[in-house]
Amino acid sequence: MAKTIIDKLWDKHIVHREEGKPDLIYIDLHLVHEVTSPQAFSGLKMKNRKVRRPDRTFATVDHNVPTVNRFNITDPVAQNQMETLRNNCKEFGITLADINSPEQGIVHVIGPELGLTQPGMTIVCGDSHTSTHGAFGSLAFGIGTSEVEHTLATQTLWQSKPKSLKVQIDGKLGKGVLAKDVILYVLSKYGVNFGTGHIIEYCGDVIENMTMEERMTVCNMSIEGGARAGLVAPDDTTIEYLRGRKYVPAGQEFEELAEQWKALASDEGATYDKEIYIEASEIAPMVSWGTNPSQTAPVTGRVPFLGECESENEKRSVASALKYMDFIEGQRIADIKIQKVFIGSCTNSRLEDLRLAAEIAKGRKVHPDVEAIVVPGSQNVKVLAEAEGLDKIFLDAGFEWRESGCSMCLSMNADIVPAGEHCASTSNRNFEGRQGAGARTHLVSPAMAAAAAVNGCFVDVRTMESAEAVH
Amino acid sequence: MAGLTTFRGKVAGMDRVNVDTDQIIPKQFLKRTEKTGFGQYLFYDWRFQADGTPNPDFELNRPENNGAEILVANENFGCGSSREHAPWALLDYGIKIVIAPSFADIFHQNCLKNGMLPVVLKDEEVRYLIEKAKDENYELTVSLKDKTVKDSEGFQAEFPISDYWQTMLVNGWDEIELTLQLDERILAYEESLI
Ligand code: SF4
Repeated sequence: MAKTIIDKLWDKHIVHREEGKPDLIYIDLHLVHEVTSPQAFSGLKMKNRKVRRPDRTFATVDHNVPTVNRFNITDPVAQNQMETLRNNCKEFGITLADINSPEQGIVHVIGPELGLTQPGMTIVCGDSHTSTHGAFGSLAFGIGTSEVEHTLATQTLWQSKPKSLKVQIDGKLGKGVLAKDVILYVLSKYGVNFGTGHIIEYCGDVIENMTMEERMTVCNMSIEGGARAGLVAPDDTTIEYLRGRKYVPAGQEFEELAEQWKALASDEGATYDKEIYIEASEIAPMVSWGTNPSQTAPVTGRVPFLGECESENEKRSVASALKYMDFIEGQRIADIKIQKVFIGSCTNSRLEDLRLAAEIAKGRKVHPDVEAIVVPGSQNVKVLAEAEGLDKIFLDAGFEWRESGCSMCLSMNADIVPAGEHCASTSNRNFEGRQGAGARTHLVSPAMAAAAAVNGCFVDVRTMESAEAVH
Repeated sequence: MAGLTTFRGKVAGMDRVNVDTDQIIPKQFLKRTEKTGFGQYLFYDWRFQADGTPNPDFELNRPENNGAEILVANENFGCGSSREHAPWALLDYGIKIVIAPSFADIFHQNCLKNGMLPVVLKDEEVRYLIEKAKDENYELTVSLKDKTVKDSEGFQAEFPISDYWQTMLVNGWDEIELTLQLDERILAYEESLI
């Protein structure tokens, strides 16, 4: 029978199957960070258990790290959390890309760039945006701390196989329309739970033509649609991205792996539990206006009128978002004033993202009412960006250039949006209080964020000069 | 984790959709390295005003909801991050069971793994319960054995739960212990990889 890539990945990882139970599946790679792991390690210690495969476990610190003065951690609770991870990694023999390591960065940025993330793998992390790694044709999903403990102890997880959902995007994106706009558009059209209980396979011309970094942006936000995971079948783009990366085998072994990876693609005629088809020409640069990622409109659009809502629940949710964001019904997106700009997070902090933002920032100045920061996703990204002078472009334009970490994506460190201020952010969640109590987040692409920084409001990047280059 | 079979408790309603984990437990409280002590921060930004005093309008602060152990909420409860701090905070606060028309996947899993029961009921059943919960003395009895929710006035609804989780929760079993008994299977799988 014709199989989807999801079937193939699942079947390959079954360790044990029993009637009436979820499957016990093997986990190839377990990524660990400081926030969701301490309770898991203490659980192990309480029961005198070991980490089964430290060699398949890799840790870093990202959520808590300061992006200025990174070695001077003033929050004792954050310091303790990082110290706890350090001690746990030492005790259990786990490799840690610590704060002083050139490999440190957001866990979902460093996995791929170090080549830890590979096609065909099952990958878990105590973090919902683990779906990012699906861009490589791996089955990658977020887990809670109990499952972190379970994975540490057994290198397996009990999982019921989710359903499959095909999201096919055909055609060609217009200039200035980026991967972030694609996924925001999908969310705006299908809502925050269209993917619940499913694994998404993204396919179609648009996805095939994307770089790996763009595919990661799309897969990253699968969870915002409620999906367990999102993935893209491995192809030549995947293989060329991985060739030569640190943790990927070299030489003949690589060529053999590459063949196996390509064979993972869904078979002709494979069927899905649900299918969605989208035309690229429908998609414009998008801006979220509300308090969940589906509350998003084209930059040329407006926020809804309550009368347009299709259900009581939607009406309530729109009304509460309008109140929190301090908007009136029908307000134009172009009239929203911006005070903060954040370019970063596991959605959009890779080299290509920074290049796109720099393209807009180049030769312009950050608007006097705006404070803008650029936070590279990893120390590696930072070094590469500096090598091509992106830091100079940002600094000349009046952006701040920071050290790597999660930063203002969830504001666990000192990078906080003050109450009432509007922030154009390349991150993935615009929940109430996410960037600080009372903060108002607008999710956008890196180019749109840079455009907002220099204009002090949302401007359609397609109308700005040098947008030609932004594609 | 003690076994859970039948539970009777006071009900609080929270008629909000898409309640996300950032609301259940805001990120500034995720830095603890223990599983306990999160209850004081549950729904922090909704529960407390800027000056730290309780917000009288927030559902759980209303006098009729004092001491509630069953929370009835609306669709897509627990969406957002995978933080297990969300069920820990609910449990630590005293909530044993959450009822909603739908839950976000990871949150649903995280509840089960902490011995907290996520109960999925139909839209109209949830709407009925949210209305009834306005009564200070309203209680529900949830039977994990029969998979039912009942009140004393004749309301009765069935909820789905897999046999696997039913058994796990009723017996209060440790999942890791169960898996470690399959060690040979895991070893055999690992050998097949080489
Ligand atoms: S950047 Fe944001 S979404 Fe990504 S891992 Fe960090 S906190 Fe989570």
